Amino acid sequence: MGVSLLWLSLIVLIPLAALFAKTAELSAAHFIEIITSRRVLHALQLSFALSFAAAAVNLVFGTLVVWALVRYRFPGRRLFDAIVDIPFALPTAVAGIALTNLYAESGWIGSLLAPLGIQVAFTPLGIFVALVFIGLPFVVRTVQPVLEDLEKELEEAAASLGASRWTIFCRVVLPSIVPALLTGFALALARAVGEYGSVIFIAGNLPNVSEIAPLLIVIRLQEFRYADATAIAAVMLVASFLLLFLINTLQRWSEGRTGKRL
Amino acid sequence: MRRLIAGLAASLLLAGAAQAADVNLLNVSYDPTRELYIALNKAFGAKYKAETGKTIEIKQSHGGSGKQARSVIDGLEADVVTLALAYDVDAIAERGLIAADWQKKLPSNAAPYTSTIVFLVRKGNPKGVKDWDDLVRPGVKVITPNPKTSGGARWNYLAAWGYAQKKFGSQDKARDFVRDIYKNVPVLDTGARGSTVTFVERNIGDVLIAWENEAYLAIDEFGKDKFEIVTPSVSILAEPTVAIVDKVVDKKGTRAAAEAYFKFIYSPEGQEIAAQNHYRPRDPAVASKHENAFAKVELFTIDEVFGGWQKAQATHFNDAGLFDKIYTQ
Repeated sequence: MGVSLLWLSLIVLIPLAALFAKTAELSAAHFIEIITSRRVLHALQLSFALSFAAAAVNLVFGTLVVWALVRYRFPGRRLFDAIVDIPFALPTAVAGIALTNLYAESGWIGSLLAPLGIQVAFTPLGIFVALVFIGLPFVVRTVQPVLEDLEKELEEAAASLGASRWTIFCRVVLPSIVPALLTGFALALARAVGEYGSVIFIAGNLPNVSEIAPLLIVIRLQEFRYADATAIAAVMLVASFLLLFLINTLQRWSEGRTGKRL
Repeated sequence: MRRLIAGLAASLLLAGAAQAADVNLLNVSYDPTRELYIALNKAFGAKYKAETGKTIEIKQSHGGSGKQARSVIDGLEADVVTLALAYDVDAIAERGLIAADWQKKLPSNAAPYTSTIVFLVRKGNPKGVKDWDDLVRPGVKVITPNPKTSGGARWNYLAAWGYAQKKFGSQDKARDFVRDIYKNVPVLDTGARGSTVTFVERNIGDVLIAWENEAYLAIDEFGKDKFEIVTPSVSILAEPTVAIVDKVVDKKGTRAAAEAYFKFIYSPEGQEIAAQNHYRPRDPAVASKHENAFAKVELFTIDEVFGGWQKAQATHFNDAGLFDKIYTQ
């Protein structure tokens, strides 16, 4: 226990404490003024809303992907399985540049969307695309082992009792994988909220339009307004912690209901 | 096992021998000067080798001038700094890293080349930008960097203020004018090069307020069929200054090399390279040779209009200065 606590303190707790200590240099009024300013509120809103949306999309499509990978045999299955890990492994700057090139007006997909009046690169939509990209592996990889371990007998029993495929999915499969889904969702959300490298290339970075909170923090740092930067960071930290705590609670509740521990 | 160790030792030795240039300098510069110093460093390296027989490697660091100055103050071991304005070098000198009389040690106020501020617009000038007045028109999006971090940004701001002060005659009207320009700015990048990228590659904005050399470079890189330069009626004489960081060169023993480096930049060969990269050279012979490459603009200096950099920085750019009051985002 001593070793765990020491390691946790060094790596996590002390840097975070330093963050709060720096923020505490500000007066309460100044702190409130910073975090309620229009630009900061907008950046926080954008970061969290888009991350939530991207994680939700990944929840749905990630489940589809993992279902296909686990339940079906098709040529190239192993290759696709490996490809799912690419957003994990790719350096974020590479991902950002690749996506920007693709979705810019001169890019392959961008040039198809431009006549329809849809602009992806340099808009919040581009940020959303980048966040979906980097969040995909989290859902897939957390749900995959659970789905693989699922007893086929349960489903066959349900089918033999007359359940439709949809009922089997909702009543037999889904409850078992809900804890894993929530974990995957939480991981994807956490990654998306903090994502910097892949987003700043494809985002327009216009204040009050397409500026994410991590970028605003970096800008304040570069202006040498350290206390401002740590104030925004502290708010992000608290918000993320609350979100994760909420998801964790949901997860524990669902585990209790299905009797499965992840 | 022994063979493994012997092999490792041999490869380390080889690696060590292969790497070292005889002299290593770090040149901390401002954002748009990448291409200039690639050319200067290459030419100087060849000359240094020919004259002294030693190889010299000059590493470059680029970023917003204010930001770079603060990095050097915080400990970045620059042998020389080649920043966008004298104030940033003074800030380093105040910390004792550079001798206080640095500006007198080199010719022309320690500014081997000058530049000015011009506008870069899209081909055909669709918004009809002709002069500073057009930048405050509603519907015109202006790209300029953040004066808190960028040197070019501060020259841009002062050029606009100087124009407005001259035209309207009062500080208050000048302030309103500059405030209206910044209302039209959608995004402030941290350096001049960052703003160029935003304007040129992300296609944001109708007009870029840029260093003259940066505007010419954008046209060289992206083609005359994409952009054109609009020269305003009045602009500011921008003098990017250079200095040897005394504390670092004395510690590393690279003073002679650093002095030779600056001597080269001031020499006709160095000045020619500067002119080719669209920086206005100081050397009269080189300047007259490239006279037609640079637009004729009525230029005022920072001393004339603002009483020098110390005053300008304190009034406008320090925390709670006029810029902070104008731009409240």
